[in-house]
Amino acid sequence: MLRALKLEPEKCTGCMQCEMACSYENEGVFNPALSRIKVFEFHEQGSFAPYTCTQCEEAWCMHACPVEAIVFNPATGSKDVLDDLCVGCKVCTIACPFGTVNYRADTGKVMKCDLCGGDPWCAKACPTGAITYVDIADTGLARMRAWAQRGEATSARFNAPVAKDAQNFDRAKA
Amino acid sequence: MAWTKKVLRVNLTRGTVSVEPLNMEWAQQYLGQRGLASKYLVEEIDPKCDALGPDNKLMLVTGPLTGTMASTGGRYSVVCKSPLTGTIACSNSGGYIGAELKNAGWDMLIFEGKSPKPVYLYIRNEHVELLDAAEVWGKSIWEADKILRKKHQDPNVRISGVGRSAETGCLYAGVINDLHRAAGRSGVGTVMASKNLKAVVCRGTKGVGNVKDPLRFMQATEAGKKVLRDNAVTGQGLPAYGTQVLMNVINEAGAMPTYNMRETQFPGAHKISGEAMHQPRESDGKPNLTTNAACFACTIACGRISTVDRGHYTIKNKPEYWGSSGGLEYEAAWALGSDTGVDDLDALTYANFICNEDGFDPISFGSTVAAAMELYEQGVLTKEHTGGIEFKFGSAAALTTAAELVARGEGFGRDLALGSKRFCAKYGRPELSMTVKGQEFPAYDPRAIQGMGLAYATSNRGACHLRGYTVASEIMGIPEKTDPLATAGKPELVKAFQDATAAFDSAGICIFTSFAWTLDDVAPQVDAACDGEWTTEKLLHVGERIWNLERQFNLAAGLTGKDDSLPKRLLKDAANVGPAKGHVAELGKMLPQYYQIRGWNDQGVPTADTLKRLGLS
Repeated sequence: MLRALKLEPEKCTGCMQCEMACSYENEGVFNPALSRIKVFEFHEQGSFAPYTCTQCEEAWCMHACPVEAIVFNPATGSKDVLDDLCVGCKVCTIACPFGTVNYRADTGKVMKCDLCGGDPWCAKACPTGAITYVDIADTGLARMRAWAQRGEATSARFNAPVAKDAQNFDRAKA
Repeated sequence: MAWTKKVLRVNLTRGTVSVEPLNMEWAQQYLGQRGLASKYLVEEIDPKCDALGPDNKLMLVTGPLTGTMASTGGRYSVVCKSPLTGTIACSNSGGYIGAELKNAGWDMLIFEGKSPKPVYLYIRNEHVELLDAAEVWGKSIWEADKILRKKHQDPNVRISGVGRSAETGCLYAGVINDLHRAAGRSGVGTVMASKNLKAVVCRGTKGVGNVKDPLRFMQATEAGKKVLRDNAVTGQGLPAYGTQVLMNVINEAGAMPTYNMRETQFPGAHKISGEAMHQPRESDGKPNLTTNAACFACTIACGRISTVDRGHYTIKNKPEYWGSSGGLEYEAAWALGSDTGVDDLDALTYANFICNEDGFDPISFGSTVAAAMELYEQGVLTKEHTGGIEFKFGSAAALTTAAELVARGEGFGRDLALGSKRFCAKYGRPELSMTVKGQEFPAYDPRAIQGMGLAYATSNRGACHLRGYTVASEIMGIPEKTDPLATAGKPELVKAFQDATAAFDSAGICIFTSFAWTLDDVAPQVDAACDGEWTTEKLLHVGERIWNLERQFNLAAGLTGKDDSLPKRLLKDAANVGPAKGHVAELGKMLPQYYQIRGWNDQGVPTADTLKRLGLS
């Protein structure tokens, strides 16, 4: 079974445990600056969002690389950078629409998420379940369920006008 | 290891910076953060110096666990002599800048002297520069943050700074970082501004990599996180309600200081509680609370991010306050709310925004406002003094206007910026100031929680709940339940909390972990990270050493055992409502015993034997 990192911003508290876990696993140092996953804060909206490589099937970075230093890992589905081949041309950083491949001045190579070879540390470190590593076919299930429940709640409201929770939910989201 | 072993010394008078190795002998004796900077301060300044003069020094200091994966390992402290109390000041803050300083390679920044003109310090790893602050001086922290971020073209910088309240001499101004986290108490921001230092702008990309035993460290920190996760307070109560989980609990215990501590229960508590923050407002259908938030590395996430109703009178025509920002913690909600009798949740939240935006302590501010309201009620203070404000208990308008005036250092705000002690003295009623050593009380009435009376009276930075939080035991039963109205056993309890807290505060972690952790949980994490052997016993010993070192500083600064006192109101006027009805704070029954178990003489001075035992002679 292939798995994918599932990111749920509404559960993120901005604690940066994922960034430290990532840099520690990959670089042996607690250093958000070297993390392949990043947490963004949107202060005025009161929200946080973790973001990293989604491992595109037809990966722009992989296709753009002129020296074939980015390769498909069939075991995990990740697109991995081979440091020995990478020449640091940065074309992949331009090709990636999401900005999740980045150049490192200290090594002269690019870095991106490789799912830690199938056991991503960010997911293990996340204290709130905002980052999980799930069946690649099921990443949308929870969201589908939430919308299904909303529909169910809406119909319940029509049937029973006292369903206050649903009204509050609607208002909160409005 | 875990320390970077590097200290950055900034001489503001000369405009120079220098790098020096961390004194590792002191690091072994004082661990880091609070303890370590206190040692540097004691060694480097005259305790009798003018807190707002160039001879005072200001230290921004991290702990060995700051910047690591240890849960809550993102703390830093600001240490100096306090202009509010004349004692040693040490204010602790979370957010992100502590970890950023560490990631930039610095255990500690020491600022000395006074700059001839406003400056700020820019740090990018080893690259350090003092830069002209002319364009941000006179601006709020929120404005300055925007300007500095834009100027340096770096969205990743972290910023600590002072607001206009500090610049205009408010004696309880704090140092605000990351917009809404605060090294809030004792006027550490006033000291920073007195040096013409507006801000520290920091970006660190080096990381923290030199833990002593990485494998054991990861195991120890993971075990620590599990304890926090499984604990009802740190795993459920704090993430859901923040420290505001206490509002209803403390009110029911009859320990809620109300109307300048005249009463011990607040009828409006349920309207400003953590639970109330979750309730959709009638006006716009949205709750006050937008989300909870964590500081760096924190797996508890007690932080409150709130949004005020756009139609609320405070921000109706001020779109700059329509976004969300740091919401009410329990202490702010109490001081701005119960103590002043204001039960308008959005008004309190707005006042809290203003405290953050211009950097002043909502506890000291709220308490000073409460004292002013009592003076107004008694007719001592009139509209002539307040600039026309009807300064009545319960008036949200008085509270929010007062906050705006203190923020900008204008009008009646100049009086309120003196703090409760000087304010009440100025108007001839010193007995109405609810302070110890000049610092305002936090949110626990010592008539209903006896241990806190002793903790306040003996706190080394004046009235404070974060120096010995016996509430944990007396109300919440952590680690075991004691009777809040009893005095027996409290001296021992207070000492144990004070010593352990000093160790927590010196490690780089948050004291809120201590709802679930004891030093037995902390020691393995420190030991796996740091050179040397770090057992629970050693941490306790270090904590006791720090406590006595701070005490020595205060004694040398001119304080005496007579300052270990409480206002007459708490000692003589019995609580008239709630479970503590009929009780006064019985400090006299506890203090002598406390001195004795501390190894101090009956004047509160550590004996030669005690100093020798702690390596302080």
